[in-house]
Amino acid sequence: MNIAQFIGSINPVAASGAILALIGLWGVLTRPNLFKIAVAFSIMETGVNLLILSVGYIRGRTAPILDSAADAATAVQKMTDPVPQALVLTAIVIGLAVTALMLSYAVRLRAAGGASSIESYGDEKW
Amino acid sequence: MMRKILVALALAGFAWAFLPLVFEAGLIGEPGQLASAYLENSPKDFAAANVVTAIVVSYRGFDTLGEVAVLFAATAGVGSLLTKKRLGIAGEKIPKQAATEVLLTATRLLTGLLMMFGVYIFMHGHLTPGGGFQGGVVIATAVLLSLLSSPESHVAHGLMTVVESLSGASYVGLGLLGAFLAWGFLDPRALPLGQIGALLSAGAIPFIYSAIGLKVGAELSGILEALKGDRE
Repeated sequence: MNIAQFIGSINPVAASGAILALIGLWGVLTRPNLFKIAVAFSIMETGVNLLILSVGYIRGRTAPILDSAADAATAVQKMTDPVPQALVLTAIVIGLAVTALMLSYAVRLRAAGGASSIESYGDEKW
Repeated sequence: MMRKILVALALAGFAWAFLPLVFEAGLIGEPGQLASAYLENSPKDFAAANVVTAIVVSYRGFDTLGEVAVLFAATAGVGSLLTKKRLGIAGEKIPKQAATEVLLTATRLLTGLLMMFGVYIFMHGHLTPGGGFQGGVVIATAVLLSLLSSPESHVAHGLMTVVESLSGASYVGLGLLGAFLAWGFLDPRALPLGQIGALLSAGAIPFIYSAIGLKVGAELSGILEALKGDRE
């Protein structure tokens, strides 16, 4: 297998999703700053969403919307899988809600005299 | 040191798990049975041109109802966490910098357009890529712009509460209409289906998605307002 073939066999959406998910996981595990952890969670969410989307993608097919490219009769032959797209739509909204809540807790902890670093909250350690 | 090794191990494990996806995603030739059934039946069942919308609003309508509930809970959480009293700055006046001329002019130009675009997106959710959640976010962008350009201003809290409650109630009401006039709760066939591709088609789907759009727009505006940190 030569290099061109190898690169051609990589799904670019899944590859970027995997890289983003790993960067996010690294951030969650190693960054001490609460705000940076929230950002890392956002990045990880984006990566996981891209991964889920890439699973439903079928090469050479069109988006699951009826128009001139695919009508009701040829929908099954010409469209990609719509289920992961619907799931990701849900996941994005929930991710936004979780991010907003995480940031508010971080702000509250700061306002209550706590630090931004997770290292200073030793009592909650298990 | 021990921690670094554990982190590296966790990352390597996840990378190993993702590796097959990177090479094999998109290699399937046919959508699965469930997806094929959705693709084949959604034009017939609901006259919805956008299959994803048909799945989100009707086939998996309970998911979406729960999702709206989660978003509402998160908004309530953010709103109650970030009040001036809870942040310990009650009664204090937070000095705010006035916006620049560029931002003010852009806001005046764009607010109406953004609102209109958001409404367009959620009204055409059953025809084009878009829908209630996307349209709601665009509307919240308009609110964000006006909050940025006049930092002392507040979102009309009473108006937002009214919009949110009415749209939430009409979402559930339209769902109940499906239970009485059609096959079950959240069945969009309670209203006439119409022709595929027309604005007034797909039964109750455009109305449900419009209600979701207004609700999401109001809720996200509430989150933005709370994140400003000067709510009483």
